[in-house]
Amino acid sequence: MNKDIMICGVGGQGTVLASKIIAAAATQEGQTVHSAETIGMAQRGGSVTSHVRIGDKAHSPLIPPGSADIILAFEPSEAVRNLRYLKAGGLAVVNTAPVKPVTESLKETGYDGKEMTAYLRRKCRCIFIDSDEVCAPFGSAKFFNIIILGVACATGETGIGKDVILNQIDLRVPEKFRETNRLAFLAGYEIGEKEKKQYED
Amino acid sequence: MPQKTGDKMKEYVMGNGAIALGALAAGVNLAAGYPGTPSSEIIETISKYPHAGVHLEWSVNEKAAMEVAAAAAYSGARALVTMKQMGLNVAADPLMSVAYVGVKGGMVVVCADDPGPISSQTEQDTRRFADFARIPVFDPSTPEEAFEMIGDAFEYSEKYSTPVIFRPTTRVCHAYAGVEAPDESAPKKYEGFVRDPSKWVIFPRLSNYNHGMIEKRNAEIAADFSSYRFNTVQGSGPLAVITSGVSYAYAGEYSEKHGGIKIIRVATAFPFPEDFILGALEGVSSVICLEELSPYIEEQVLKTVGRHHLDIEVKGKLDGTEPHNGENSAELTGAVLDRFFGFEPEGNLIDVSDSPALPARPPVLCAGCPHRASFYAVKQAMKGRKCVFCGDIGCYTLGNAMPLDMVDTCLCMGAGITMAQGFSHTDKDTVCFGFTGDSTFFASGMTGVVNAVYNEADIILCVLDNSTTAMTGHQPHPGTGRNMMGDIVEKVSIEKVLEGMGVKKIITVNPLDLEKAVNAVRECAETPGVKAIVFRSPCIAIVKSGAKCSVGSKCINCRKCIREIGCPALITENGSVKIDSNLCTGCGLCAQICPVGAIGGEGDE
Ligand SMILES: Cc1ncc(C[n+]2csc(CCOP(=O)(O)OP(=O)(O)O)c2C)c(N)n1
Repeated sequence: MNKDIMICGVGGQGTVLASKIIAAAATQEGQTVHSAETIGMAQRGGSVTSHVRIGDKAHSPLIPPGSADIILAFEPSEAVRNLRYLKAGGLAVVNTAPVKPVTESLKETGYDGKEMTAYLRRKCRCIFIDSDEVCAPFGSAKFFNIIILGVACATGETGIGKDVILNQIDLRVPEKFRETNRLAFLAGYEIGEKEKKQYED
Repeated sequence: MPQKTGDKMKEYVMGNGAIALGALAAGVNLAAGYPGTPSSEIIETISKYPHAGVHLEWSVNEKAAMEVAAAAAYSGARALVTMKQMGLNVAADPLMSVAYVGVKGGMVVVCADDPGPISSQTEQDTRRFADFARIPVFDPSTPEEAFEMIGDAFEYSEKYSTPVIFRPTTRVCHAYAGVEAPDESAPKKYEGFVRDPSKWVIFPRLSNYNHGMIEKRNAEIAADFSSYRFNTVQGSGPLAVITSGVSYAYAGEYSEKHGGIKIIRVATAFPFPEDFILGALEGVSSVICLEELSPYIEEQVLKTVGRHHLDIEVKGKLDGTEPHNGENSAELTGAVLDRFFGFEPEGNLIDVSDSPALPARPPVLCAGCPHRASFYAVKQAMKGRKCVFCGDIGCYTLGNAMPLDMVDTCLCMGAGITMAQGFSHTDKDTVCFGFTGDSTFFASGMTGVVNAVYNEADIILCVLDNSTTAMTGHQPHPGTGRNMMGDIVEKVSIEKVLEGMGVKKIITVNPLDLEKAVNAVRECAETPGVKAIVFRSPCIAIVKSGAKCSVGSKCINCRKCIREIGCPALITENGSVKIDSNLCTGCGLCAQICPVGAIGGEGDE
């Protein structure tokens, strides 16, 4: 199996944990995995990406443009920024809740993400989720990374099984938060299953 | 993270983790470094794996690390030094000399380069530094290779009694891959220091003699490297790619897509393995060099071609085929190789030429960062005064962003203080501020303070003490009271250091107490000489946040909070100001500047 999975968002949104779980799960399934993270300055509120490459065909840690099977975008404008990495026919799972950069709040251009989601809808197959809405039952936006993993996993585009990811969550999340994280993942999985049915119909 | 695959244990680790595990497998006895992206996780990984008998430290700076390691290597121990590329500028003095003196135990200097640059001031190429110091350099292209190659580096270092440089780049350091780590490893057994002044004491005569010896030896190493396992040739044909580092991976992927191209990979740029290249160039009429940072290999290939009168065209950065600046990517190398080989660009791309304008996302200080409060206090106190704000390297460089806009200069670590001093001599009508972080203060700020006191400067030194080295990932330093051996040690007091160096006025203040902080700045501005303010409040990433703030009904929507402090947690929603509770840490700075008292802690209205 060869899969290129890109995760993008804004520094501080928890993209790194999501990519670590995917990479570890694929490794657990016996796949060759390479991945890369944005580390450093950009983690302070800049644009960040994680590249996860599964399979023997990947030599470099970065996904070439037009090659990602799926993009998990934690923010709508970041989905657009990285859209060129998605291959034609690929799937974007996108959070509709915008993160407004400080510069935008100062200049008030009115960035609210809507133009981005409209554009994405025209360009590729998308699943939209609103982090505020899906995180509400869990009490914190911190669970979004696990929820979006659930959505992605259910679509089948990551090529990784549900149980392997759950197993990785058990391994990586401290006991205290384990149950909530499992529930968050399963909630995402349910959304993903529903969405998959819709676009398959 | 151990992962069982088949019957072997594979660890899925970052490139830096692979380097650390490789060094442990090679029996490293001592590892010392100073944090710097992309190198910081090497020392951190060693600390997380079993390493009984290994001395591990974050040194105060790279020069200290290099010297500590040199001593270990003189004793016959295996020593590892880690840093980012600019760190080698700081450690250049000991490196240049230890290159002449030589070592007994293996000494490997891991110096991580940062093409882009992504998190650095410069795009310098450490392979060139190796050439300058006349010592071998190893250049891995993947984490898996880095794991193997670091052991080779120790072997070569001992075989030729010389320090060697190991030069990964960001895309190797921060890439993850599975490596087969050994179940057990033990530090090397070594003899201990054996006194021999004719060998270990550098004098002009010794340098002259060793200089000649080193050049002879380097020719031997070049020959040795010609059969080195990571200098490889694949494919055939009259057109060839010569490459190194992560560009080798891009070329490999390109080759896979196009049914095989000739790729010559040079993993040891210095001493340049000329015999290997000559063999690899047989039957080749044109080569293209793919490398990052500087055209180092390209220049060596040109020399080789010239010396041997070969009729081979050499393309790369020097003839304008590729850019000198920035990092390579599959995209960039793909376009370059398409042109070189005459392949049609292929792609499965989505057309994004019509995409809407994207919001810019420059990095900013985190919500609740105490640095924001410190800068704001200085700005408030100095309203209407002519000032120069000399910034420095760390999270607090981000004080440059709007609306704070509090960084007039930023050069290199430690320069905030000394440049403030320089301005105090040339621009006498200006209040000169030097900002420094706590880690930067210990790394390279202290000498500048002595210089300012001794030379009678008139400056205000602002130490932004957040009790950690935040920018590089929260490493401890002498002011934190913890070290990498896991010991609790006495904290080195910044105030006492300043006092001992002769600073007469030192005020310590919590920047989140705005009024006191502003007063401290005003008081210092009225006092001649070298003054210091220690703004002390921990980084939000190392403490639990307090009760979050919220905007109450008294808000008149004047937006002073947004306009003046630019905290990412302050946002507008449907036209009114709101605090994003996911980001707010409850620092309370916005509450202190709200003119109508509309912002309060949780539950407050
Ligand atoms: C010579 C050199 N070594 C290392 C670095 C990497 N580096 C960037 S910022 C920094 C230290 C920041 O710590 P501190 O001064 O405490 O500021 P903070 O980030 O905590 O605000 C380091 C070591 C560098 N830029 N230059």
